Amino acid sequence: MTRLFPWVALAVFASIPLWLHDPYLLNAFITTGIFIIAAMSLNLLLGYTGQLSLGHVAFFGIGAYTSALTSLGFDVELIGGLRVVHEPWPVWTGLVLGTLVAGLCGYIVGKLSFRVRGAYFVIVTISFAEVVRLVALNWVELTQGPLALTSIPPMTLGLPGLGYFDFYSKQSYFYLVLAIVVISYVIIRRLVYSRVGRAMVALKENESLAVSVGIDVTRYLVLAAVVSAGIAGAAGSLYAHYLKIIDPDVFLFLYTITMVIMVITGGKGTLAGPIVGGLIFGFIPVVARSFAAPEVQWILYGLFMILIVFVLPQGIVPAVENLFTARSKAEFPASPKAKIQDAP
Amino acid sequence: MLEISDLVCRYGKVEAIKGISLSVQRGQLVALIGANGAGKSTTLRTISGILPSASGRMVFEGEDITRCSAREILARGIAHCPEGRRVFPYMTVEENLEIGAYLRTDSAGIEEDRDRIFTQFPRLAERRRQVAGTLSGGEQQMLAIGRAIMSKPKLMMFDEPSLGLAPNIVEQVFEIIEGIRKTGTTVLMVEQNAYAALEMCDYAYLLEAGTIVLSGNGNELVHNNHVREAYLGGDGRRHC
Repeated sequence: MTRLFPWVALAVFASIPLWLHDPYLLNAFITTGIFIIAAMSLNLLLGYTGQLSLGHVAFFGIGAYTSALTSLGFDVELIGGLRVVHEPWPVWTGLVLGTLVAGLCGYIVGKLSFRVRGAYFVIVTISFAEVVRLVALNWVELTQGPLALTSIPPMTLGLPGLGYFDFYSKQSYFYLVLAIVVISYVIIRRLVYSRVGRAMVALKENESLAVSVGIDVTRYLVLAAVVSAGIAGAAGSLYAHYLKIIDPDVFLFLYTITMVIMVITGGKGTLAGPIVGGLIFGFIPVVARSFAAPEVQWILYGLFMILIVFVLPQGIVPAVENLFTARSKAEFPASPKAKIQDAP
Repeated sequence: MLEISDLVCRYGKVEAIKGISLSVQRGQLVALIGANGAGKSTTLRTISGILPSASGRMVFEGEDITRCSAREILARGIAHCPEGRRVFPYMTVEENLEIGAYLRTDSAGIEEDRDRIFTQFPRLAERRRQVAGTLSGGEQQMLAIGRAIMSKPKLMMFDEPSLGLAPNIVEQVFEIIEGIRKTGTTVLMVEQNAYAALEMCDYAYLLEAGTIVLSGNGNELVHNNHVREAYLGGDGRRHC
């Protein structure tokens, strides 16, 4: 049953655009999906290596800006009169470049900060996000600053021999986001269940012990940071081509907090956690909107969050898993504990 | 096999080890005894590369390992079985053993060694899919030892293997260590239970406040007056 569950969930989500025609709700699904991708990437760092990146939105924003600028083209003058002109490229290259550039930034931040880790990593990531935001705000020639990058083209995919397909309708964009969710899920799953993933879990459980069994801690943390940042960058790219306008507000701390909330409430260190948490906190504002005043909506959001953290401190997914394993354990009356006690 | 000379190790400004020299010959079981805070665990942690040394030299099989990382030291064949039955609590018994072989690439050999550990410790075999945190103290210590064996070390270091275990389990653990030595693996052991350690070792060093104050074979130290008064409870007859 548990093996089948991801497939059932996928089938249910894939069917949504077939019966749901309300554009507002579809829009909510798409933006929630984009944030779920970002939350999944954060979960790789926070849940599996135990490192809290409070500047994760930086990678999201870098992906968004890189992708938008790749597809829009730019013409900037660097220091020393060096002019860099970039002609617009096909939009899908923006998605690829956004992922790569964000991944590269993840590498740099990881290399710099993982020698110290813990609180220092948190500080480095916050500062990094803030610096990138200020660059986006002030490098007007490149980013238009607060005027925002506008008329970002919709995502298009060139298929050789089949022409171009553009994801202009909400239905098609929904499938694009769903596809990237699935790809990210598969990448993270493969990573976590590999030798590398076990090393990550080992160093989260007990770092000095992990070192003593020969795990190169810094290397695996950097690897996790690169993959995590790359996926966040892909989410940013999807965001840019969906909204078709981005300004330096994509670097707001609020978005990082949203991702952290999704991961923590859903269950960090579980594959499904960020998806469950993302759906809940993506849809609370949508649902609350129908019956509550704007100020009450956010109070509800906060209340719900506090409630989950208090009642299910490990998150929703681990709690549900425990419920299932507790049941299956109850079927075996001979507990292994009994044997331990009469050990010689 | 292992030669340490004038090793100094600091925690910040505090010198935990103040220039110790010791040597371990191939096939020996060497014990490091001393009171709490004497620097025994620090010595092992420095040898295994988890802590950096401030000065001094460590040579293993003719090669200088003073500046090597923990990973390189393990790869050269020094395994460390840390204090307090350290296992990865959320991994299964099997996963704990497999991660002990992290630096090895011969998957056939790894499986063989794992099966050998399971025959040696049937208790672990019974619980192979159980999460390590749910094992009893003695079982966790056996798992920690098994994990260290999995790296196929030439020199195995034990840090307080008897700490916090029931007396009958303590004896079992010491038997296991004797067994490891008999298979040809050199052992360096830190132990508070001075009597037991001196009884089984070939050579012992007594560490006090970061310096080695005495050394000799086990028998010599057992009959040394200073050792008897300070560590063996007066007449040196008390066991455990």
